[in-house]
Amino acid sequence: MATSRSSTELLEQIEKLSGQTVSDCYQCGCCTSGCPIGEAMDPPPSKAVRLLQLGEAPELLDSDGIWMCASCLVCGTRCPRAVDYARIAEACRVLVLRSKQSRVDPDTVTGPELEEIPQQAFIAAFRKSSV
Amino acid sequence: MPNDECRLTGTQPPADAQSTIDNRQSKIPRVGVFVCHCGINIAGVVKIPELLERVGTMSGVVVTKDYKYCCSDPGQQMIRDSIKSDKLDRVIVACCSPTLHETTFRNACGEAGLNPYLCEIANIREQCAWVTADKDEATTKACGIVRTTLTKVVHDQPLEALTVPINKRALVVGAGIAGIQAALDIANAGYEVVLVEKEPSIGGHMAQLSETFPTLDCSQCILTPRTVETGRHPKIRLMTYSEIDSVSGYVGNFKVKVRQKARYVDFKTCTGCGACLEKCPGRTESWFERGLVRGKAIYRLLPQAVPNRPVIDAKACIYLTKGKCGVCAKVCPTGAIRYDDTDKFVEEEVGAIVLATGYELFDATKLGSYGVGRVPDVIDGLAFERLLSASGPTSGDVKRPSDGKVPKKIVFVQCAGSRDSTTGMPYCSKICCMYTAKQAILYRHRVHDGQATICYIDVRTPGKGFEEFYKRATDDGIQYLRGKVSKIFREGDKVMVWASDTLAGRKVELEADMVVLATAVVANPDGVALARKLKTQIDAHGFMTEAHPKLRPVETLTAGFFLAGCGQGPKDIPETVAQASAAAAKVLAMFGNTRLTHSPTTAEVDEEICVGCGYCERTCAYDAVKVDPARKKAAVNAALCEGCGACAVACPSGAMTHKNFTKKAIFEMADQF
Repeated sequence: MATSRSSTELLEQIEKLSGQTVSDCYQCGCCTSGCPIGEAMDPPPSKAVRLLQLGEAPELLDSDGIWMCASCLVCGTRCPRAVDYARIAEACRVLVLRSKQSRVDPDTVTGPELEEIPQQAFIAAFRKSSV
Repeated sequence: MPNDECRLTGTQPPADAQSTIDNRQSKIPRVGVFVCHCGINIAGVVKIPELLERVGTMSGVVVTKDYKYCCSDPGQQMIRDSIKSDKLDRVIVACCSPTLHETTFRNACGEAGLNPYLCEIANIREQCAWVTADKDEATTKACGIVRTTLTKVVHDQPLEALTVPINKRALVVGAGIAGIQAALDIANAGYEVVLVEKEPSIGGHMAQLSETFPTLDCSQCILTPRTVETGRHPKIRLMTYSEIDSVSGYVGNFKVKVRQKARYVDFKTCTGCGACLEKCPGRTESWFERGLVRGKAIYRLLPQAVPNRPVIDAKACIYLTKGKCGVCAKVCPTGAIRYDDTDKFVEEEVGAIVLATGYELFDATKLGSYGVGRVPDVIDGLAFERLLSASGPTSGDVKRPSDGKVPKKIVFVQCAGSRDSTTGMPYCSKICCMYTAKQAILYRHRVHDGQATICYIDVRTPGKGFEEFYKRATDDGIQYLRGKVSKIFREGDKVMVWASDTLAGRKVELEADMVVLATAVVANPDGVALARKLKTQIDAHGFMTEAHPKLRPVETLTAGFFLAGCGQGPKDIPETVAQASAAAAKVLAMFGNTRLTHSPTTAEVDEEICVGCGYCERTCAYDAVKVDPARKKAAVNAALCEGCGACAVACPSGAMTHKNFTKKAIFEMADQF
C-alpha cells in the first residue's frame, strides 16, 4: 500500500491533481489501442482507469504501469471523452512520491544489479523512491 | 399575406360581449379559485387548507374549492357547477403547468358558458410544489402565484379563437424513403403532394444500399416499387433536382418557391435511352458512388432511376466549361440536350410541409488518426455498400479500391466519430452496430475464406430481430473485438489497425487488407440550412427538434411543419418509414378540418400610437409583423403570430400590445409578487 489514505480519498486526490474526471471514461479502450507501449503497460491505461472507477486506487498506485507511462499524450489526444490518462498517471506518481515511503531498499540491491544499473539511475532511484 | 382570409373575430369582442365587459368592469369581478391536490404532487407540499383560507380573503375571490384531481371528470364538473351556481365571471385553476391542462379547464369553462380566455392557470406544481421542499415556504409561494394570477385574470378580456382556411395540398421536402412514404400516404388519401428532391432521382441513401438488416432483403428490390409508384402517382407532383428557395405564409397557407436547377436535358423530349451516358467523356467525383469511381458529366444515379432522365453536371461538362465537345447532343436521338438551360423558379401553394431532409455520413477525413484520404483502402460504410451492391462500381464483387484485389481480411471499425464528445458528436448513430454486422455477414457470403473483425465499444441491438441477427454474425465466425481503434495506417500493401481487447485487457495490432469505418450519422447539411431558413428548431447537432420528445414526435414547434426520417435523428429504415407515416397521418388529421383554429392571444397594434419604427418587425421570429412603408404603421398577421410577446417588449412607444398580456397587467402582477 502506497499510502494510508482510503481509496475514496485517494481518488479525490488523483482527480484533483490531474484535473480529470474518472467517471467520464466509458471504457472504450482507445487509450490502450494507441499506447506505444500498450503491450507492456500493466495495467494498460483503460484498465488503470477502470481500477479507479471501481475504487481500487491503492492497487493502481502499487502497480508498475503508472511508472511506465512516458507521457506521450496519445491516449488523451484520441480519447473520445477527453480523459487524459497521462495526467492521471502523473497524479498517481506524485501521490506515491509524496507518501514518503521507500520503494527501493539499498540492502536488497545485489552485486550484479549494481554492475548493470548506471550510477546516475541508481542515485535517482534512491532520491525519488526512498525516504 | 392575405390577412382578410382569417376571420379575426378575436380582435374585437362581439358587441354583446363588449357590453358584458363594461358591465363587469363596473362591478367587482367574481373570481372562483380551484386548487388541485394533484394527488400528493401538490398537496404533499403545499398546505391546501391554509392556501384556501388565504386565497379566500383576496379581493374579488368569491369562492375557493379544492379537489384531489381537478382534471378528472368530477373535478371539471365541480368547476362547471360553480360557474353557474356562484355566478363566476373569472376562473383560476391552481394546478400543474398550463402546457398540460390549460385547454382542459378552458374547455370546461366554455361548456359552462364562460369565455374560455377568462380562465387562467396558476402553476403551483412545477413552479412551486416540485421545487420547494419547505411546506410553509411552498404555501406562501403558492399564495403569491395565485394572487399574481388573480391580478392578471381581472384584466383578461373575452377572446374568440380565430380560424384560418387550409390549402389541402402538402409539400414534402426530400425524397428518400421517408419523403417517399410520407408523400405516398398523403397522396393515397386523396390529397395533392409536391415532392421536392435535390438529387436528379428519388430514393435517397436507401438507393445506395446493398441489402438491409436484419432480413437481408435487397434494398433496391423493396425500394423500387415505392419509387415507381411515386413517379406515376397522379396526385404527386415530383420535382427532382430542385431545392426550396423560400417559404412564406403560415400553417394552412404556405407559399413555397422552388428552384429547379438547370438540368441541361429536356425531360419531356428525353426518353432515357442512355446513349449520352455511354459517350460522355467528362469526368467528375461521383457522390452516389462515394468516390469509388469517377462519374460522368452527364449522369443518372442508378439504372432504376425515377425519373429515368439524366442531368448534366455543369462543372464537369466539357462543353459547358470549355465550349467544345457536345457529344451528348450529337448522340441524343431525340435532341433533348439543352446547353442553354437555366435555373427555373416554380411557386407552389401548400397547407402543410413535411421535412424529410435525411442524413449524411460524417466526413471521416476529419478523424486524422484513421487515415481516411491517405490510405485508399480505408472506406466508409456507404462506400462499402456500393462495393456490395449489384448495381455498384464492381457489380457486387468485393474489391479493394487501391489495387482491385479481393480483400482476405477486413477490419470494421465502429463508432468512427460517434459517441465522441471531442468531434462534436457525443450521440450514438444508432444504425452502425446493425449495418456493420450486416456488412460483415455479406462480405463472408461473397468471400468465403475472408476474415472479418469488428472493433466495437458496445453492440447495441434494440430492435425486432436485431439481437438474433448479431448472433448470426458471431455464429458466422465474425470476430468481435471490444475496444475502440486508436490508429489506422498503411504498411506495404496492408492496412494496420491499432486496436485493443479490453475484455482481455491488452493492446492488439491487426493487419488487414481493407478497413471499413462506421462513420457517424450527421444531419444533412442542406437540411440544416433549410431548417435555419424556415426558422424551425434544430438541436446542437443540426437534427430537427420535435415539439415534444414523447408526445409530439413528428411535429415541430412551428405549426404546419412535420418531421420524418433521419433529419430528426439517426434511425433505421423501419423506424423511418413508421415516422414518415406518422407525419403523413398528422398532415391528414389537419386536412380533415375545414378551417384551422389559432390561439387569439396574439399581438395587436394601436395604430394611433404606432410610428412605424420597425422594431417589432425585426424582433418577430415568425415574420408575423410587417410595417407598411407607405402608412408607416405596423400590422400583425394574427395567423402567423405565435403570441411570444417579443414585439410588445421591443415596441418603444407602447403601440404593440399582447392580448391578455397587457403591460398594465404585467406590471401589476410584478407588483403583487
